[in-house]
Amino acid sequence: MSAPNKSYDPVEVEALKPEAIERMRSDALAAVAAAGDLEALTHVKTAHTGGGSPLALANREIGALPPQAKAEAGKRVGQARGAVNQALAARQAELEAERDARVLVEEAVDVTLPYDRRTAGARHPLTTLSERIEDIFTAMGYEVAEGPEVEAEWFNFDALNFPPDHPARETQDTFFVEGAGGSGESGVVLRTHTSPVQIRALLERELPVYVIAPGRVYRSDELDATHTPVFAQVELLAVDEGLTMADLKGTLDHMVVSLFGEGMTTRLRPNHFPFTEPSAEMDMLCYVCRGASVGNPDRPCRTCSSEGWIELGGCGVVNPRVLTACGVDPEKYSGFAFGFGIERMLMFRHNVEDMRDIVEGDVRFTLPFGMEI
Amino acid sequence: MRVPLSWLREYVDLPAGVTGRDVQAKLISAGLEVETVEQLGAGLKGPLVVGRVLTIEELEGFKKPIRFCTVDVADANRTGEPQEIVCGARNFAVGDLVVVILPGGVLPGDFQIAARKTYGHTSHGMICSARELGMGDDHDGIIVLPPGSEPGTDAIELLELVDEVLDIAVTPDRGYCLSLRGVAREAAIAYGVPLRDPALLDVPAHNGDGYPVRIAAPDGCDRFTARTVTGLDPEAASPIWLQRRLQKVGMRPISLTVDVTNYVMFELGQPLHAYDRTRIDGPIGVRRAQPGEKLTTLDGAERVLDAEDLVITDDSGPIGLAGVMGGAHTEIADGGSTDVVIEAAHFAPIPIARTSRRHKLGSEASRRFERGTDPLTTSAAAQRTVDLLVGLAGGTAEPGVTEIVSPAGPRTIAMPADHPDRVAGTEYGRETVVRRLQEIGCDVLGSDELTVTVPSWRPDLAYPNDLAEEVIRLEGYENLPSTLPQPPAGRGLTESQLLRRRVGRALAGAGYVEAPSYPFVGAEVFDQLGLDADDERRRTVRLANPLDGTEPALRTTLIPGLLGTLRRNSGRGAHDLALFETGLVFLPAAERVAPPRLPVDRRPTDEEIAALQAALPDQPRRVGAVLAGARELPGWWGAGHTASWADAIEAARTVAREAGVELTVRAGRYAPFHPGRCAVLLAGEQVVGHAGELHPRVTKAFGVPGRTSAMEIDLDLVEQAGGERASGPRVSTFPVATQDVALIVDADVPAAEVEGALRAGAGELLESVRLFDIFTGPQIGEGRKSLAYALRFRAPDRTLTAEEASAARDAAVASAATRTKATLRGA
Ligand SMILES: [Zn+2]
Repeated sequence: MSAPNKSYDPVEVEALKPEAIERMRSDALAAVAAAGDLEALTHVKTAHTGGGSPLALANREIGALPPQAKAEAGKRVGQARGAVNQALAARQAELEAERDARVLVEEAVDVTLPYDRRTAGARHPLTTLSERIEDIFTAMGYEVAEGPEVEAEWFNFDALNFPPDHPARETQDTFFVEGAGGSGESGVVLRTHTSPVQIRALLERELPVYVIAPGRVYRSDELDATHTPVFAQVELLAVDEGLTMADLKGTLDHMVVSLFGEGMTTRLRPNHFPFTEPSAEMDMLCYVCRGASVGNPDRPCRTCSSEGWIELGGCGVVNPRVLTACGVDPEKYSGFAFGFGIERMLMFRHNVEDMRDIVEGDVRFTLPFGMEI
Repeated sequence: MRVPLSWLREYVDLPAGVTGRDVQAKLISAGLEVETVEQLGAGLKGPLVVGRVLTIEELEGFKKPIRFCTVDVADANRTGEPQEIVCGARNFAVGDLVVVILPGGVLPGDFQIAARKTYGHTSHGMICSARELGMGDDHDGIIVLPPGSEPGTDAIELLELVDEVLDIAVTPDRGYCLSLRGVAREAAIAYGVPLRDPALLDVPAHNGDGYPVRIAAPDGCDRFTARTVTGLDPEAASPIWLQRRLQKVGMRPISLTVDVTNYVMFELGQPLHAYDRTRIDGPIGVRRAQPGEKLTTLDGAERVLDAEDLVITDDSGPIGLAGVMGGAHTEIADGGSTDVVIEAAHFAPIPIARTSRRHKLGSEASRRFERGTDPLTTSAAAQRTVDLLVGLAGGTAEPGVTEIVSPAGPRTIAMPADHPDRVAGTEYGRETVVRRLQEIGCDVLGSDELTVTVPSWRPDLAYPNDLAEEVIRLEGYENLPSTLPQPPAGRGLTESQLLRRRVGRALAGAGYVEAPSYPFVGAEVFDQLGLDADDERRRTVRLANPLDGTEPALRTTLIPGLLGTLRRNSGRGAHDLALFETGLVFLPAAERVAPPRLPVDRRPTDEEIAALQAALPDQPRRVGAVLAGARELPGWWGAGHTASWADAIEAARTVAREAGVELTVRAGRYAPFHPGRCAVLLAGEQVVGHAGELHPRVTKAFGVPGRTSAMEIDLDLVEQAGGERASGPRVSTFPVATQDVALIVDADVPAAEVEGALRAGAGELLESVRLFDIFTGPQIGEGRKSLAYALRFRAPDRTLTAEEASAARDAAVASAATRTKATLRGA
């Protein structure tokens, strides 16, 4: 509280007149409203709220007023300054929002641009299809067994009950490994099927044995649209007490349902393989027409040639002589086995028409199969 | 085995209206692989008749010889007048019986016959060739029929032109189905009708007056029937029905005697041989050949015999390869022989199979003996042959009969009556089991325990499971239930199997495409790879019978296969390629040992298994990769990145990392890599592979793009080196202290050494080191480079002070200075 001022300056007092303050306030608000961008607003702020601004000067003048005038002038100036600051803040927020929006618009990109910077990779469908089959059986408790690709004849033939000189050996189109001095009598072959893994599994594992054995096998066929000298097979072997041919059928049915969906089934036809007795050829229902094309010329099926069934491979009850060769008591144990070619499965499961596409390694063939099949 | 339905019906009363397709389905279900049903004479329509050629006029002035004939077709043309026919064939004469199709007839292939003008005459029909009639014969001339038919006779019926022929792929266990008798038996069972067994003949017993036979190899020949027929008419030709049946089963008619022996073989499954008696010198013998003995077989080839070969002999030496092929000398003469000795023997399968394979000589006879013939059929087959020869060629059967038989009891199998049930997993019951076994020709005795005497034509039936199969197949495989066994809990994939999957996913995730290749290579591949003459990789496992003679060996490295695939892709227009393969390579053992021949009647001992294993090459699993073109493409985002040696090494690191192994990389020199851009890859101190840019000569030799990079790593070794479970690190939440250092070293100091020195010196506070820049230039000095590293320090239990971080950095730099002579840039 200052002492009464008796020598006040009438001119200065003029500046604190209500009309003058009102003008300062309206000038300031007009300037704020007129500021078109944040930079202009900064100038406005300095001009109307800075130390040299009319309202700041007016505020300083208040002290010179007589006590009775001070309160009212102070109130008036304070209200004006408050209003200006409020307008400034509002305008600031408004301009910042405008700027932010503009920046985001400016930063917009064409999200449809292609981005093939890194080319994709893929696993071969023979690998992934083998794995898928493995997974079906490992989920049931089977394990995955393996064996070498260059194999002793004893594993590939003898122990599988292909007697030496038996015509069945002739049907295998075997690649023989050269023996000493270039002879073909080395006793070693490129395995002609995955069945020698049956023998290895029985020799190496504790009973009961439930294994699935995928792998590469070899037959001396020239490469053409349906043959390849190097191909992939999957073998299954189950040896336990009390296993039957019906168990074989059930296992096959389970597999085709897992690979092709509900309603799929298999069919067995008698055949002969030395290592199974009884032996069968296994067919699966054509998953495309499900048999509807049979005897129905209006609905021909390319997948099964309107036969309704697709030949998968061979199977049967493990020949007790195979068990004997592996030291398994055939009086106590029995088993079943099957084997089929993955290429064929790939061909009809994925509409592949030419074997050469599978074996040639063209990336355009493999890429669509991705990581899993 | 081709089976004409008309012939089959002679032994089985198939239901009326049954077609070849029906029989096919029934036999397939019974286990015979009937591959096709050929429709003979499909579309053939008469009038097709026998005609006798009356006149032949040779027409002149045409490009080829043409005949204008008149042919007597009796009333078949409704006029009885001679039929005028123009014919281009010349293999007939006036008086011959031919087959004529008259206007209105249709030949197979929808060939409509009408009277037509040709060569200046009107031809009223056509004289037919075998091919035109769909008889499948291979010669072009027209058919001249043997005498005996009347002109005008319907030739469709006479020649049995309309028929169905089943073609059966007989599996090795069903040798008996290489005969009409065997297939008829299966058909009879399938249709539930009786079989008229053509082998059920009355046969005379051995009487000592027959042609003398001495068997010196009873292990190879346990039965030998010899019969003699004399006074055969050498002019006698095989009747049409016999010729037609032979044609339908795929045999070419030759002469009556040969045709009859073939006919009986197809009928009964017993191969026979007929000798011209005038050409045999002394008793017939059966023995092993003496090594080096020679025999010229019927096919004209002179064969040097092996001591294992079973031969038929006379006093002059071998006159036939037993069960495989007769000799040329005792062959039935072209014009036919008047006196013949008929051999019907039972030879053991294995010697026949071996001889057939040794001499690369297969025959209808050897096919049957290899699979096992019916030993009890020799006498019946001989009798049937004698009967036919007597009936068709006017011969006389000599009363002398030679029957040499090694005594052998019937073969029996003991089997619990419920064994088929237990094999099948269903219940047939004893009654069904016994009935089915009887149907296939077994004698069955006993109630719970059956004693089954198997028929002589089924040598494949030896064990209870063989009998179970018979019951199950006849009851129908399609009637088996479908049950799912319950395996014990499994352990899932092995670590090694999981690793392989991870490696595949990691490489595919990194942009590589899996491309398995064939493992066959030729020696030139190793030259193309630039391998030294004594490089281990040139030692290969070789095939005795490669598909392609230029690729007789198995791969010892994955790189050639991958380069071949790269080349193929690149030739098809792909330029940015990254391929990988996981597979075996084949490394021969230093010393090759033959595997022992192990028995199969017991488990081999561990030593025996080890001996088998030792005979096999080492077959490690490798992962290989090749890259060419862009690893990263240029585009709107900026520059791309060309695939390089660094990517190849990174691919190897990717593989090793999946096994939990951090590879050590050293510079090396190793074919096929660029000598200055080759990395030796180590797990610990073990070399596990190589990576880098390929040598320019190698890329050129393989025809792949220059600067193609590659890597190959031994997955088995990497797996052995890894396998340690990752242990969870304690994560410090205190702040990191970052220190950058630039070190100047000689240009040839490997970056890996500098980093190793920094790590060694920095101590426990070091969290990571990263090389973020390499700089060379005048400021650094000739032959020098500056390596800029970011070092990050952190303590597990406190915030590091600036002094602590600096001290750790100084220690790291000091270590680098000591080990690599590094100096701190700007110091
Ligand atoms: Zn279909």
